[in-house]
Amino acid sequence: MSAASQSFEAPAEARTSAAPAGRRSGRAVSARLLLGVVLPLGLGLVWEAVVASGFASGRLMPPPSRVIAELVRLASTGALWEHSLITLSRVLGGFAGGAVAGIALGVLTGTSRLLRDLLDPSFQALRSIPSIAWVPLFILWLGIFEASKVTLIAVGVFFPVYLGVSSALMSVDRRTAEVGRIFRLSRLATVRRILLPSILPATVVALRTGLGLGWMFVVAAEFMGASSGLGYLLVDGQQLGKPTQILAAILTFAVLGKATDAILASLAAPFLRWQDSVGEAP
Amino acid sequence: MSLAVQRDVAPGAAGAAGLPIRLAGVSKSFGETEVLRRFDLHIPAGQFVAVVGRSGGGKSTLLRLVSGLDQPSGGRVMIGERAVTSLDPAVRLLFQEARLVPWQRVVENVGIARGENWRERALQALRDVGLDGRGDEWPSVLSGGQRQRVALARALVSRPNILLLDEPFGALDALTRIEMHRLLDGIWRERGFTTVLITHDVAEAVALADRVIVLREGRVALDLPVDLEHPRAELADPRAAELQKQILAAV
Amino acid sequence: MTVEALSPARRAERTRPSLARFGRALAPWALPILILVVWEIAARAGLVNARLLPAPSTIASAFWRSLQDGSLIANTWASTKRALIGLLIGGGLGFLGGLATGLWRPAETLLDSTVQMIRNIPHLALIPLVILWFGIGETAKIFLVAIGVFFPLYINTFHGVRTVDRQLVEMAEVYGLDRRARLSRIILPGALPSILVGLRYALGLMWLTLIVAETISATSGLGYMTMNAREFLQTDVVILGILVYALLGKLADWATKAIERRALSWHPAYQIARENKP
Ligand SMILES: Nc1ncnc2c1ncn2[C@@H]1O[C@H](COP(=O)(O)OP(=O)(O)O)[C@@H](O)[C@H]1O
Ligand SMILES: [Mg+2]
Repeated sequence: MSAASQSFEAPAEARTSAAPAGRRSGRAVSARLLLGVVLPLGLGLVWEAVVASGFASGRLMPPPSRVIAELVRLASTGALWEHSLITLSRVLGGFAGGAVAGIALGVLTGTSRLLRDLLDPSFQALRSIPSIAWVPLFILWLGIFEASKVTLIAVGVFFPVYLGVSSALMSVDRRTAEVGRIFRLSRLATVRRILLPSILPATVVALRTGLGLGWMFVVAAEFMGASSGLGYLLVDGQQLGKPTQILAAILTFAVLGKATDAILASLAAPFLRWQDSVGEAP
Repeated sequence: MSLAVQRDVAPGAAGAAGLPIRLAGVSKSFGETEVLRRFDLHIPAGQFVAVVGRSGGGKSTLLRLVSGLDQPSGGRVMIGERAVTSLDPAVRLLFQEARLVPWQRVVENVGIARGENWRERALQALRDVGLDGRGDEWPSVLSGGQRQRVALARALVSRPNILLLDEPFGALDALTRIEMHRLLDGIWRERGFTTVLITHDVAEAVALADRVIVLREGRVALDLPVDLEHPRAELADPRAAELQKQILAAV
Repeated sequence: MTVEALSPARRAERTRPSLARFGRALAPWALPILILVVWEIAARAGLVNARLLPAPSTIASAFWRSLQDGSLIANTWASTKRALIGLLIGGGLGFLGGLATGLWRPAETLLDSTVQMIRNIPHLALIPLVILWFGIGETAKIFLVAIGVFFPLYINTFHGVRTVDRQLVEMAEVYGLDRRARLSRIILPGALPSILVGLRYALGLMWLTLIVAETISATSGLGYMTMNAREFLQTDVVILGILVYALLGKLADWATKAIERRALSWHPAYQIARENKP
């Protein structure tokens, strides 16, 4: 959901506990995890029971069983896969475009003083426009079909990636860069062995934020008129008054968003291994 | 500084302000590891005791027990006539790090517990540690030595009967450390509170304390009186050198 | 005043860097001004379709027109009102929730994993459901904004409270601060930088959510104004709407920065920034 704040999610290690480390056993941890799902599970069951016993119709807020049944129905007709695939391809297309542009321009402004003075203020000014505000203009310019949707997603992805890459490059410690000179590395080797590793973590964070925003913007883009995609299922569900279909689509959005983020994170993990080992040092 | 007035009063003369500390058969374990083992120690009111020992030897644990931050697994910790069961306002603890609150100004840090006309008292405490006129600054602009001075002022502002110091000067440079020794020595002789100083610097222990205790494997390995007159010359007293050698042998 | 006394050589030395500084100050404006001029000329010469990209002067006159007939202000106010009410409700709940889970472990056990689960849902996807629930009135839009701003404030408050220096909290205990004093003097100020980060994100999400909500269902507000203009092909009004959004976004950003400067004046980074000011 709030993809923009993803990077500020407390990392598991940061959740310092009052109890000294090592005191909590594995059993206590799993007990806590169990307690954590008590609330959502309990609420779901209570609602299920309330609807089943006829105290509420569950029309506006369908119980879990109906949502699952709807998911099964959509999956069996193949509609779920079809719409998911379309939405996924829009997100990935926009993400690819926005990420490539963001990295390219981020590298340019992060390494050249002149380009930074020239371009960065304009990007900063454009950044304060919520990307969604472009939607009507994109529709006017690019029509209501794929191009405007993918462009919107690309714009949404572009800004966090651009900002992440250029600020990471600017903050590369000069001393770190000097190490390259001391060891007489070639220019290419300096970039590969020192510059890249030191900006990679920030870049991965930026890409993940961008991907999260991409998922948010595909929802908006598909609202603005689409005849396919998960967003279409949402709008269709609203117009036909079918909350089960809306909830099924929302759940699919959540699962797909989480899955693509996990894939991106695991793709990046091999390149960030040195960072983990710092954290693991006793 | 107002301390100069009292310079030649013999140590212990103002002992009324101090409270005795008594540990009787105190044990403390964390899980399997027993840090303190049936530990006995009596510190008379107003005495200045230095505790030295290897890192991980249980020195900080000892102070946390006396301050009431932790409870012993066995035995009793007494301050004056009372058993220590919780944090006691008569006891103040100075940490290894200054632990100043960065978003409170210096004077607000000293008067962190507030209370009646805290600002005047805090400003006075700042004067006592030689930081007159720095009250309105942020802690971040102070040097390491100044930060420890503020921490000392914060500990002293409530006129404690017992001052516990956990390696407070360990991170300071040699010159600043000597300044802090003079300051602490002067204030202690003026006020007469009971002092327990933990240090890994044997010279520091001999320069300040009436009595040096070596802690090893959870027990007292050496309990050595230091009969040198205050204020002590930091360097080149042959008697001090001899004491240092004795202590080092016990560690 | 002492410049007169300087030798010509030294005077030249003085002016050259200031000229360079002048050029530096101009650089950020070069590109936007160039674009504006080219854009205006191209539009007037008929090189671009005015339907798709009206000239800057046309947009300026649209601004003037909508200012005079009062529609701009009315729509901006309608949006701002929704935004602020939603922020107050959702942000307030997020702050309180983060405080509760941050300070009190049972609350964390019970609530945090639920919140983390719900967080994976793109909240814009809730719009159709919320419209089914509340209709297309004000409630739906305020509800959506509230949900949008809840999570960044919740997460960053929780994180801020949890990462307050444990040593300071311990010091406060030793020095006899009671729970309330610890909360107000140590924990809240310590969590504040993180909370403000959350606020900044929340403000971004606030506008974004509102635009989408107003685009889909509203009869007033900036989102309604631009979407309506698109249907009538009034591209100048569409662009005007975008500019107003930019201005509102910038205002929100300035506001948080001002709060940050005041609230974090103890922070070394802000002190340096102040000293470097002429
Ligand atoms: N809260 C705690 N939990 C577990 N072990 C602890 C705790 N506090 C101290 N210890 C252990 O007790 C021993 C003594 O620690 P400490 O008193 O800090 O030693 P010192 O101050 O002499 O260096 C160490 O081995 C340390 O790991
Ligand atoms: Mg210690």
